[in-house]
Amino acid sequence: MFEYEFMVNAFEAATIVAVASSLVGYFLVLRGQTFAGHALSHVGFAGATGAVLAGISPLFGLVLATVLAGAGMGFLGERFQHRDVAIGIVLAMSLGCGLLFLHFFTAYATQATALLFGNVLGVEAPTVLALLALGSVIVGALATISRPLLFATLQPELAEAKGVSLRRLSMIFLVIVALATAASVQIVGILLVFTLMVAPAAAAQRVTIRLWPGLLLSVVLALVEAWLGLTLAFYTDWPTSFWITALGAAIYMVALLGSRQKHAASGMHEHDHHHHGEDHLMRGAVSGTGEVKRLSPRDEGIAAQARPLSSSSHEL
Amino acid sequence: MEALAFSDVTLELGGRTILSRVSFAIETGEFVGLLGPNGAGKTTLLRALLGLVPARSGTIRVLSGAPAAADASIGYMPQTRSSAVGSRLSGWDFVACAANGQRFGLPILDKALRFDVDRAIALVGGADLARRPLVELSGGERQRLLLAQALLGKPRLLLLDEPLISLDLNHQKSIVSLVSELNRELNLTVLFSAHEINPLIGVINRVLYLGNRQAAIGKVEQVITSPVLSRLYGTEIDVVHVGARVFVMAGAYEIERDEHRHDV
Ligand SMILES: Nc1ncnc2c1ncn2[C@@H]1O[C@H](COP(=O)(O)OP(=O)(O)O)[C@@H](O)[C@H]1O
Ligand SMILES: [Mg+2]
Repeated sequence: MFEYEFMVNAFEAATIVAVASSLVGYFLVLRGQTFAGHALSHVGFAGATGAVLAGISPLFGLVLATVLAGAGMGFLGERFQHRDVAIGIVLAMSLGCGLLFLHFFTAYATQATALLFGNVLGVEAPTVLALLALGSVIVGALATISRPLLFATLQPELAEAKGVSLRRLSMIFLVIVALATAASVQIVGILLVFTLMVAPAAAAQRVTIRLWPGLLLSVVLALVEAWLGLTLAFYTDWPTSFWITALGAAIYMVALLGSRQKHAASGMHEHDHHHHGEDHLMRGAVSGTGEVKRLSPRDEGIAAQARPLSSSSHEL
Repeated sequence: MEALAFSDVTLELGGRTILSRVSFAIETGEFVGLLGPNGAGKTTLLRALLGLVPARSGTIRVLSGAPAAADASIGYMPQTRSSAVGSRLSGWDFVACAANGQRFGLPILDKALRFDVDRAIALVGGADLARRPLVELSGGERQRLLLAQALLGKPRLLLLDEPLISLDLNHQKSIVSLVSELNRELNLTVLFSAHEINPLIGVINRVLYLGNRQAAIGKVEQVITSPVLSRLYGTEIDVVHVGARVFVMAGAYEIERDEHRHDV
């Protein structure tokens, strides 16, 4: 299938977008803002169709609208971001506006379908380059803020006390989400961005409770989703976006069932100890081989060094 | 040696006076309970010590400097801490997020920081909790990890804001004895806010009681008395002793206990 240039372009574009959006998605899921992210893509629909009406590039309108909406949501703060009704109304209204804009430009019906459901097989070389630039900005920006973002996500009060500006961080993050949304729209369209961004990340968080393995797995699953989706589309002639969403759903279901079963079987999370062990290979003498026991030799070693309170055993 | 001191300090929030011309000092190595009814200003006082609420007048000294300057040597456990409850991340990652978490860049910890995280977790006996997802931990277990977070960076002063909220009696006891051991073994100065005095009786060195924009500091038997509390509550208060326990009553109404219920 790689003898066709459009397939090569499609694979390149999908790879870039899968990496960027799954990393962003990991934090989106962690922060419980997936619905806000979903809404951002719909605002993008109004932006893109409005841009067409105004005679400018739909991609520009898309990016502008999502970035402004992202910054606005971040500015309005935590409370707004969890107000599902308000976000839902913005989402619906954006779709409505987009519809109105399209109404004035009936000639753009195919473009509307591409916007709504994606058209990855129609991606051309310059778009791939644009996506590469956009993807680099997204990953670079996320890498820069990821440490305080994690802190602010898990411990906002403490982060604030240590000088982290929660509002500024939230705005920057949602702008990054907006950019990732704009990139994903090129592949799966506005209505389906959710699967590419959220499904791999949510599945990864079901499988591992460790941060870095989770991020890595999120990327791997997104790549599987995108590459397999394209391949299946090529051989079945069904829409790529269908396959990507179907695979996203399947991956999440498997992760969910898998974690349920494992949970029922063991009641513990022993698989994750290995990762924990890997993080700590630095102490050769005390570090075990990542053994899956309740208290590994490593922990006892640390406990002996660190714990002045030898006798009591604080059971909770 | 003095660990922290308020001299003639007035604190305001949004134009409202929370504490008015309050003075007290706490010595290094002391375990002090910070008591007072809801809204008395316990959280505000702790935040002032962190440099998050400026003094309207008077001076605050923390570890012989101005607040904020001493930031790194203060371990802080904030009062509101519900946001991470549903997270599927491990307890270890949760504690680790606070290790220099304010710096830009990737959340990668160097050896020294990883060791510090392990040390803090070991100090609270949380090695098992560190391997479980936060979402599956009980309130008391989570509280333990929060305490570990406050111990990162080897602080000399611990400011703990209501660590006993929504814990049952056993978990309350276990947290109090854990903090008490940390206080003694590591010679940490501890300021520990609570609604109710009973879990802290016999453990704390002194009590700092807030109310009516005033403060009183002293031994439990000096402060938890009818005249002192009547002044702080601005109403007639009776203090009833039953064995080792103390009940603070306004008429037939038990104040501290009722305050506590609000939050549970
Ligand atoms: N931003 C604010 N502006 C004005 N008043 C505030 C603000 N935040 C808190 N307060 C008020 O300050 C008082 C002290 O609050 P706080 O320190 O949280 O009390 P405590 O921790 O003892 O329950 C309360 O009456 C509260 O309503
Ligand atoms: Mg408070």
